[in-house]
Amino acid sequence: MKIAVCIKRVPVMDQRLPIAASGIAIDESGLKFDVNDFDLWAVEAGLQLKEKLGQGEVVIVSLGSDAVQEQIRKALSMGADRGIHLKAAAVPPDARVVARALADELKPGGFDLILFGRVAVDVSNGATGAMVAQLLGLPCVTAVSKLEIKDGRGRAQRELEGAQEMVEFPLPAVLTIDEGLNRERLPSLKGIMAAKKKPLEVKPVTLGESRITVRRLQPPPERAAGRIIGEGSAAVPELVRLLQTEAKVL
Amino acid sequence: MTSADFFNVDSSLSEEERAVRDSVRRFVDERVLPIIGTCYVEGRFPKELIPVLGELGVFGANLPEAYGCAGLNNVAYGLIMQELERGDSGIRSFASVQGALVMYPIFAFGSEEQKKRYLPKMATGEVIGCFGLTEPDFGSNPAGMITTAKARPDGSYVLNGAKMWITNGSTAHVAIVWAKTGADEASIRGFIVPTDSTGFSAKDQKGKLSLRASDTSELVFQDVVVGASQLLPQSGGLKSPLMCLTQARYGISWGALGAAQACYEEALAYSKTRVMFDRPIGGFQLQQARLADMLTEIVKAQLLVLHLGRLKDAGTFTPQQVSLAKRNNVSMATDIAREARRLLGANGILAEYASMRHMANLESVYTYEGTHDIHTLVLGQAVTGLSAFN
Ligand SMILES: Cc1cc2nc3c(=O)[nH]c(=O)nc-3n(C[C@H](O)[C@H](O)[C@H](O)COP(=O)(O)OP(=O)(O)OC[C@H]3O[C@@H](n4cnc5c(N)ncnc54)[C@H](O)[C@@H]3O)c2cc1C
Repeated sequence: MKIAVCIKRVPVMDQRLPIAASGIAIDESGLKFDVNDFDLWAVEAGLQLKEKLGQGEVVIVSLGSDAVQEQIRKALSMGADRGIHLKAAAVPPDARVVARALADELKPGGFDLILFGRVAVDVSNGATGAMVAQLLGLPCVTAVSKLEIKDGRGRAQRELEGAQEMVEFPLPAVLTIDEGLNRERLPSLKGIMAAKKKPLEVKPVTLGESRITVRRLQPPPERAAGRIIGEGSAAVPELVRLLQTEAKVL
Repeated sequence: MTSADFFNVDSSLSEEERAVRDSVRRFVDERVLPIIGTCYVEGRFPKELIPVLGELGVFGANLPEAYGCAGLNNVAYGLIMQELERGDSGIRSFASVQGALVMYPIFAFGSEEQKKRYLPKMATGEVIGCFGLTEPDFGSNPAGMITTAKARPDGSYVLNGAKMWITNGSTAHVAIVWAKTGADEASIRGFIVPTDSTGFSAKDQKGKLSLRASDTSELVFQDVVVGASQLLPQSGGLKSPLMCLTQARYGISWGALGAAQACYEEALAYSKTRVMFDRPIGGFQLQQARLADMLTEIVKAQLLVLHLGRLKDAGTFTPQQVSLAKRNNVSMATDIAREARRLLGANGILAEYASMRHMANLESVYTYEGTHDIHTLVLGQAVTGLSAFN
């Protein structure tokens, strides 16, 4: 079984993300980066499938500047077999441009499964995986929270509002992985050393024209200050009234 | 930990060194921090973490891959110690003993057969070791030890004596025991002694108020027979155990830094949320001075061990440099832990917070592996050429 996992380098979300002077991007200097969380769960899913079958290959693909090699190596240190770096100056804002480059690379690869994270936590598009599926003409299951592969077919579970949906699909297929499928393993120290020796192919790509342009990036509006309506039990009637009439939550 | 990385020391680390640090940091966040306060109060070492630590690869991580170890450089190894002790000195002590005091002497003084037999299983944590040098009457002056190993005609040895304050003593499968085969300190040799040998006993040392999440035991050898194959063939003289201590002290100087960072981070966070006199206490000059002093000492200690690590990797570091680093960093960490505890007010005495646990732990670290005073004398001798010992 040949599995490709597409991963994205994103800033770690628990730090302050300052907007750059250009006003259309965040200022990346001094920021910590990691593999997108959802993509880590996709890597873990790929590794578990390979381990369960006792054979196969897990190939990591990432598009971006040279910096993404650090994230590819992280996936290799978790146990993936080899990496492909699609080298571009930056990740364009048009998901279709990224999807096209990925699809061109994946198409001749003979992959049985192509895994993505459900969404990249930095730009929250959630579009790339589905677009790749479309470009390759493959079935696509998004937001997978349970997965089983058997005899060339897959069964996946998706969490819906108020229901769980079970779907079946033939391989090859494209899946986007949701939270809850697994918890990714820590790269072991030996794994980190081994990753340095695993193949990481660098392929320069020429990207298509981006039809989407970021015009402005601004911090979210400040939350309005809270209001103190009184103290102790004396304030309760007024609080209830406001919750009913203003907040309309009661 | 960006606030503690005030000088962007991260930028002096390689990608691989950061990756190692990040893995161990996450292990500590997820597996150690949630349980360690309780372990400490119960006086229990969390043995359940041993296989996980083994799988992660922390034991003897700077020893070669050929023996099942990770083959990391010494800076990466130091970062592992830093992260483990950010959790608890007891966890770091376990790893220090296993790696620097048991695996290292087998690696440095052992036969090829011994290395192949022990190192891979010690790397995974299947075999646990302890290191017996200190005796009830010989602590700072191990040259005076009275434990003996008498050679017998068939090449085996008979051990008699006692060792005290032995980390992992009751947990270990094997003990590296240092004993005199003759009259003087030049006759000191190291032995790999299975702890299930007849005449070997280990007793937990009760009543500790420090390093409570660690096994500290007393070992007694009563006519313990060890085969010739258990002698570490290349060991000879007090120099051999001292070489092990240099390895362990190197790791301790990183470890203490981790404990200091944990206390500083805790104090910093608390200072911003605890409101007194209508203001976060971090807004008062007194607490700011405390935090500024802590941060300054941490940065100095970070740069010190990083440089020491680079020297060690270059093969040019000296035991005296390690003495300086152990002495400075442990002392700095004990001071920071105490100041952090004080900043936390009454909450600071609770096991729910880390500072007082670190503060108490660091008193052991201050004492073991050469007391602060002994390292002072080592440095005094290094700079004056005059020994205060003899
Ligand atoms: C929790 C813990 C774990 C330990 N684990 C191990 C272990 O795994 N293996 C092992 O072999 N040992 C271990 N030790 C022992 C440790 O290394 C010794 O305690 C240490 O070397 C000091 O010896 P001592 O306690 O006998 O103190 P002493 O040597 O009696 O010292 C008492 C005091 O006198 C001072 N002093 C001694 N000599 C001089 C001098 N010449 N000039 C000025 N002052 C001096 C010391 O600094 C100290 O303040 C451990 C200790 C502790 C507390």
